[in-house]
Amino acid sequence: MKKHLLAYPYGLWIVIFTIIPLALIVFYSVFTTDAAGIHFTLEHFKRVFEPIYLSVFLRSMKIAAISTIVCLLLGYPMAMILAGKNLSKKSILVVLFVIPMWMNFLARTYAWMTLLEKNGLIAAALGFFGISVPSLLYTENAVILGMVYNFLPFMVLPIYSVLVKIDKAVLEAAEDLGAPPMTVFRRVIFPLSLPGVSSGVIMVFMPALTTFVISRLLGGAHFTLIGNLIEQQFLTTRDWGFGAALSVVLMLMIMFSMGIAMRYEKENEGGGLW
Amino acid sequence: MVKTAIKRIYTFLIFLFLYAPIIVLIIFSFNSSKSRAHWTGFTLKWYAEMFRDQQIMTSLYYTIIIALTASLIATVIGTVAAIGIHNMKKLPKAIMTNLTYLPVLNPDIVTGISLMILFILVKLPRGFFSMLLAHITFNLPYVILSVMPKLKQLDNQVYDAALDLGATPGYAFMKVILPQISPGIFTGFLLAMTMSIDDFVISFFTTGPGVSNLAITIYSMARKGVSPKINALLSLMFAGVILMLLVINNRMSRDNGRKENVV
Repeated sequence: MKKHLLAYPYGLWIVIFTIIPLALIVFYSVFTTDAAGIHFTLEHFKRVFEPIYLSVFLRSMKIAAISTIVCLLLGYPMAMILAGKNLSKKSILVVLFVIPMWMNFLARTYAWMTLLEKNGLIAAALGFFGISVPSLLYTENAVILGMVYNFLPFMVLPIYSVLVKIDKAVLEAAEDLGAPPMTVFRRVIFPLSLPGVSSGVIMVFMPALTTFVISRLLGGAHFTLIGNLIEQQFLTTRDWGFGAALSVVLMLMIMFSMGIAMRYEKENEGGGLW
Repeated sequence: MVKTAIKRIYTFLIFLFLYAPIIVLIIFSFNSSKSRAHWTGFTLKWYAEMFRDQQIMTSLYYTIIIALTASLIATVIGTVAAIGIHNMKKLPKAIMTNLTYLPVLNPDIVTGISLMILFILVKLPRGFFSMLLAHITFNLPYVILSVMPKLKQLDNQVYDAALDLGATPGYAFMKVILPQISPGIFTGFLLAMTMSIDDFVISFFTTGPGVSNLAITIYSMARKGVSPKINALLSLMFAGVILMLLVINNRMSRDNGRKENVV
């Protein structure tokens, strides 16, 4: 029986639809065609490091980092509360937590558009109390809010799943040895939950860094993150070389941060994805 | 207890944050005026208008057709591939598994753009077929990753016993292996379907004029501003999601129940 041959059609599929397309992106980022034919160039990468584009990268990283931190600060206590509930309540709450995630992220983002817009409910409610706000929609804060809203479950669920697995006996031992609750948290619970925190951080930071939809809908047409810049290069300006170079940098950033997190997880758990 | 009170309030606030936008969206889909802040009376006219909207209906049709076809094809290729990968030697197995993770880990925007470049270069007109190929591509890992664990649990001796008792490999596969891995296949199929229905970014880059799924239509409508028709559409989609969740949940608990009975 040569059952392993069954994997070959899929292998071919991966080569055609995953490896070749990615190779094409790399190809377009370092080669350019002109009258003289195809030749190697680093022009596209040089452009990525021009101040205006560099500022877009920095802004994207800043917004993704703020969203990740807010998600962590809001999500960690939530994960602890969920993990502390008794079994029947726990499963209901976790399901309730997951349901909004099942709705399309466009829908979730759009829902905030309706709340934040000029004639929206929040502006009306604030207006009722005599507070007039400048524009809520199309601001940086609206983008961060949208990211936190969309990605909060990605932070809570990994932390939760690590917290439920913590052996209660370890906590009891710490208490028996006289540790006050704060110390139990700082010295036992938190270090044990770090693998969950690191996967939560990746799962929030990555999509926050690469999105172009949340920034477009909640930040407006002129709010540019890396994702928007890449989209523009391919759909509006049609500058494939530069767009490809931006994509390569984005991929490298993601692989790099993933590598750090994975190594970290390996130290903690022994054997991550790779 | 002050502590439980704080916990309750915190839980309540987080859930309010998660659900308030969705609930407001649903409530205002029944509002008779276009206003999103003032309730002016109950109406179903936005739902009626939504069903009359040609663009929405066409994109609904494409969403369903593409999700069904892509996840069916991905389930077949993926299940076969999972069996193949499972029977590979250590090194090729590790390579294939890591390659399978690649599209899951890669940012959607990069996957979408890389496929777009491929389709443009091979002069495949972008539309239904290119979008279908893209969907199969990102669905495959979910099928494989759901079938693989079931294969690992498989007891090979049962299959060997079937062969010893005179079953042909094909017959033994159908009667022994398939029934045991079918829950994984079904989960993979459902996951692939959900991913397909939910996808925006990859579809956005791989489709062409005239063919769009619901997510693309919502995006192009939302870019122009808020409209009650979208509210109606999203409320229905939310209802659909809850329904699907109930079905899956039912299935899973049934599966688990069966497993416990066997053990």
